Amino acid sequence: MNIEFASVEMLFYLAGAVAIIASLKMVTQKNTVHALLYLVVSLLAVAVCFYLMGAPFAAGLEVIVYAGAILVLFVFAVMMFGLSVDETLHAPQSRGISNWIGPMLLAFALLLELIYAIDSIDIQQKLTANIVDAKQVGTLLYGSYLLAVEIASFLLLAGLVAGYHYAKPNSDMHSILHSQHNKNNQRSS
Amino acid sequence: MFEYLWQLEPLWKVVEISVMISLLIPIAATLVWVERRMIGIWQDRYGPNRVGPFGILQPLADLLKILGKEDWVPPFSDRLVFVLAPIIGAVCVLMSFAVVPFSPSIGVSDLNIGLLFFLAMASLAVYSVVLAGWASNSKYAMLGGMRAAAQTVSYEVFMGLSVMGVVLLTGTFNLREIVLAQTDGWLIQTQFVGFFVFLIAGIAESHRLPFDLPEAETELTAGFHTEYSGLKFALFFLSEYLGVTLISAMSVVLFFGGWLMPEPLASWLPPLFWFILKISFFVMFFILLRTSLPRPRFDQLLSFGWLVMLPLALLNLLVTALLRLGGII
Repeated sequence: MNIEFASVEMLFYLAGAVAIIASLKMVTQKNTVHALLYLVVSLLAVAVCFYLMGAPFAAGLEVIVYAGAILVLFVFAVMMFGLSVDETLHAPQSRGISNWIGPMLLAFALLLELIYAIDSIDIQQKLTANIVDAKQVGTLLYGSYLLAVEIASFLLLAGLVAGYHYAKPNSDMHSILHSQHNKNNQRSS
Repeated sequence: MFEYLWQLEPLWKVVEISVMISLLIPIAATLVWVERRMIGIWQDRYGPNRVGPFGILQPLADLLKILGKEDWVPPFSDRLVFVLAPIIGAVCVLMSFAVVPFSPSIGVSDLNIGLLFFLAMASLAVYSVVLAGWASNSKYAMLGGMRAAAQTVSYEVFMGLSVMGVVLLTGTFNLREIVLAQTDGWLIQTQFVGFFVFLIAGIAESHRLPFDLPEAETELTAGFHTEYSGLKFALFFLSEYLGVTLISAMSVVLFFGGWLMPEPLASWLPPLFWFILKISFFVMFFILLRTSLPRPRFDQLLSFGWLVMLPLALLNLLVTALLRLGGII
């Protein structure tokens, strides 16, 4: 039993290290698609961490939703607009020290929290003691957090309606483009 | 003496995985021959019948030919991603087989989120096609990759929704428990709409004809794998045929009772054989679809998905939930 626990812990730290290295590589990459690939690796490593901590459902959703759907759309957008070359040329150049203070403070708070969580045995036991399965997640989502789920669904619906509105073929923009296209055709013929 | 046997258990798993992989890859290769041969027969011609008896050694000849080809990486491509893309596809499909329960005793892992694992691997497999399209840095491949991304992300939604009826009725994501829950009757009896949606989404996910728009050869030369040759091309082929086997296996597990059979038939053959027989039936169905259906336009494919499949899948889930709530099924 003891051996098994140790190996689980080792796997956890391995996956954590992979996640950290991949995240660093993601931030430092010049090529957008390579950066996105490192982000995918980082998300997969985090999913492994979730699984090892006793949250298999969260791990599955992490892979399906983030790595499998959202980042595919990112790659799709990068492909569509040809953004893969170095985009830092167009990025706003702000290297002043004042920009660093805010993020540094926030990161410091996070670091303190992390050190406390690692240090406290109570939190450690709570994290590793019980397995959170799909049923528990479902009961919580449609029980005590029902309002939050409904609000999130409203937000998504609003996004959907907005997307539909922009993509509608008979908007003004489209008719202008279309008439120009016709003119060009007439000229060329 | 037996105290040390438990230490061998991880080794036993390694053996099981090795045997499975070394069986699955030749099966996928043989499927290419089966497909060409069956299409030949259905179209009233012979198909490949020269190499060995009935041409059954054709995959071997194909393999030798592929090994002899130059494994070329185009100079204008993104080298790392170009090499990575076919590997991602093959690995994702092979990983999915880890959760498939083949028989009461065979199966690599009884993961408690097996069904989610399958969906996750299916959604990761799209990277193979999209990245191949992007890394090739050519127009045809790029168009194929973009089609693949749009098609797969859309059809993933319906695939996930269509199997939720099964989860609702069995109350588990564990594929072995889903099979065992069908002892009294296969789930196809109540989930036929779910099965219909799952099958169509599965064909779209493995981008087979009639949904092979990412590689539509009449429009895009060969789509996302235009620039690929040699072993890397073979890997794409491998993952496509493994994908067909996987979707057939999942249809059998989720809707047709896995290795289970009604009683007079069950004692005739071992459970594994019934499972393989059922899978073969669906593989044949996939091949028959390929020979008989024309390819839709890309916008038709997407609007069919969102206007027909999505409402159907949602309605199926809603009605299943209502019937379950009423205690009817």
